[in-house]
Amino acid sequence: MLNRVQRPQTTAAIPLLQAQFPTPFSTGLTYSPPARGGWNIVHVGMQVPQAHLIFVCAQGCLRGVVLTAAEMGAQTRFSTVAIRTQDVLNGDLEALLVDGVSDILTKLPEKPPAVLVYTSCIHHFMGTDLKLAYRQLRQRFPDIQFTDCYMNPIMRKSGLNPDQTMRRQLYSLLQPAPLVARAVNIIGNDFKLQPQSDLVRLLQQHQFKIREAVTCTTYKQYQQLATSQYNITTRPAAKPAAEMLAQRFGQIHLALPFSFNAQEIEQQLTKLAQAINVPPLDYQPLRAAAKQALYQARQVVGSTEIAIDASATSRPLGLARLLLTDGFNVTRLYLDQIGSAEKADLMALKQLAPDLLIFPTVQPDMRQVSRHTANKVLAIGQKAAYFCGTNYFVNLIQDGGLYGFGGIQQLAQMMVAAVREPKDTQALITVKGWGCHCS
Amino acid sequence: MKQTARIISTYTGDTSGVCSALFELGGMTVMHDASGCNSTYSTHDEPRWYNSDSLVFISGLTETEAILGDDEKLIHDTIQTAQELHPKFIALAGSPIPMMTGVDLPAIACEIENTSHLPTFGFNTDGMHSYVSGAGQALAAIAKRYCRPSKIKASTLTVNLLGVTPLDFSINGSVPALTHQLNVQGVQVQSVWAMGSTLAQLAQATRAQVNLVVSASGFKTAQVLQQQFGMPYVVGTPYGATLTKAIVAAIKRAAKSQQNQLAVPPLPNAQTLIVGEGVTALSLAHALFADVGATVLCPTELPDDLLGKGCVHARDEAELLPYFKQARTIIADPLYQPICPKTARFIPLAHEAFSGRLYRKEIPNLVSELDQFRRSNQL
Repeated sequence: MLNRVQRPQTTAAIPLLQAQFPTPFSTGLTYSPPARGGWNIVHVGMQVPQAHLIFVCAQGCLRGVVLTAAEMGAQTRFSTVAIRTQDVLNGDLEALLVDGVSDILTKLPEKPPAVLVYTSCIHHFMGTDLKLAYRQLRQRFPDIQFTDCYMNPIMRKSGLNPDQTMRRQLYSLLQPAPLVARAVNIIGNDFKLQPQSDLVRLLQQHQFKIREAVTCTTYKQYQQLATSQYNITTRPAAKPAAEMLAQRFGQIHLALPFSFNAQEIEQQLTKLAQAINVPPLDYQPLRAAAKQALYQARQVVGSTEIAIDASATSRPLGLARLLLTDGFNVTRLYLDQIGSAEKADLMALKQLAPDLLIFPTVQPDMRQVSRHTANKVLAIGQKAAYFCGTNYFVNLIQDGGLYGFGGIQQLAQMMVAAVREPKDTQALITVKGWGCHCS
Repeated sequence: MKQTARIISTYTGDTSGVCSALFELGGMTVMHDASGCNSTYSTHDEPRWYNSDSLVFISGLTETEAILGDDEKLIHDTIQTAQELHPKFIALAGSPIPMMTGVDLPAIACEIENTSHLPTFGFNTDGMHSYVSGAGQALAAIAKRYCRPSKIKASTLTVNLLGVTPLDFSINGSVPALTHQLNVQGVQVQSVWAMGSTLAQLAQATRAQVNLVVSASGFKTAQVLQQQFGMPYVVGTPYGATLTKAIVAAIKRAAKSQQNQLAVPPLPNAQTLIVGEGVTALSLAHALFADVGATVLCPTELPDDLLGKGCVHARDEAELLPYFKQARTIIADPLYQPICPKTARFIPLAHEAFSGRLYRKEIPNLVSELDQFRRSNQL
């Protein structure tokens, strides 16, 4: 019989003053809270329009990805090859891969322009000759482009992690083409950069064409990503992709990390303006508009407790710092690691709010903590909403396409809407890959 | 070619099967895996996850630990967490990489038990078998460890229901309905393995006279309880009043003769196919097509006793298609529909272990609402 155990949530937390950089909590067994909005390797791979995804893995590993595709309504673009015990014992995984992928491709009603083949931890440990396998596939299907993708979470602490690798491989199918001036790619993001973001405003003001994989609807359109002169990254996980593209096509990489800090935002926008050789934006009105939006939000949110989690934004500490500075009542942070870009924010918060509580999200004791708070909580992020048991939350995933002062303005408006209108938290946060409509 | 799926889904793996079977018993299950198993289980295989706090975790195996054969981290982390959270027992479930590197989970379980003084199980699951295998191993281990001979048998005819997980019965009221249907026919239920019963109730399973295997996940447990305590078992899922009567008659025969009874033998008819877990699919064939029969295609593990003409093990698209081509009616999970010929009538019957939460709201309670299913599909 199921009896819910209620442990006080604060037992799992530490005050921010005690938080060690970069890992405030010890690592051990891991819990998986049911907030599923983040995108996985299927959602990211599906951004290549018209491409077919084939996973070659054990049944237990296939289960999660095949149902991800099914929930997206993208079954027609997704196939699997199951690795069984005898394949591991026989050791001929190259043949299984080549014959399995070939079998699927011959059965598809239409040949896709490209195929993303995902191999697994098993191939890595068996020393499978993937180069040989891909060479044979390319010989058998010369009209199809193949690329190697990986579902090997065991490698998450060895070199590039699976997220970085997937974001790099997303662009590996691009073919060399002449570069076009006044064209810019935003790469490595799951969400289209919002038109209100300062970055988009600056580029559009000067008639730059903006391309993103997530907005491509045809394979031909996707290939045009190879023609842009610049690649902008706003998230650290996209860096390997940008480096690969710089090496392959000579595209210029501009790393303009997402930030809630006014000075950093201006630095990034100035860096962009200089790189593309245009005058910078007038920051004063943008900064004032963001400040005004935060002021208006504070009038509505008042002293409501605010909880922020790291699935909402790459800069949770930066957001907490911004909101606390502007008079909001931030009381909780949910995160397991502190990114290198947040070191200064951590130091600043130790002065500003040393008692601010930091909670882990994956530690085992979080499984049984009370998911109820005495006061109303406005959560920013799905995990914060789940752990606080609140229906008032901003459903923001991985920065959600926000950027710069415009992004702060939008977030302030989202906070106002969230604190006014309750949401069905369970229904929303259990949806996998929030906002992904790639089918 | 076998092993390829152009478009269909795949069944829940054995690692999740262990977790599902033990979910309500107050233990702590640790999947020895890098990452992913936990998310898959909690998202697609476990409808009870959001609103409960059962202890299921992942070890977070890394490449270095796997290569160096470092079992110490798993042992240390498991003991430490158990000391903090006080589970009634610990279960370790393997995944592909521990299988490849030869991790001896039963031995690690012994080591953890010696230190933690908590009953600990090690299951050599490998992610390459279905949930039936994993849940079967887990329930059987509980029977071996906790069940003792009963000094007093129940005074009325009483059974244990073996092989009950949401993967086959969802959370749509089917499980309480199983008990109700049997109660109506004068049979009491001692324990349900393992939904809605406590570990203490399972431990007293030997109070019952007979075991009722309602899905293939319960077979191993039935065999353990027979070998150790001489309890006979009956195979069949009480779908609808008529089949329940037949199953109750079989239970009475088993109680009297001490012989196992197969209440749902295969009823071959190649024109009507039911695809799914073996025992429930055979039971549905009896409940709906007792007169004309229906062939069962079983993609998950099933004992040889049940296989044969009328109940065929077929799991890959290449194995299923020749049967589909001959059929006029196919009852299967909606995710099979894309490979069913248009010439056949397709009747969707969602199965949590195949399509996860996708069609959960449409999964019928066949135990008490069989007639409704029959009527709505004009069967």
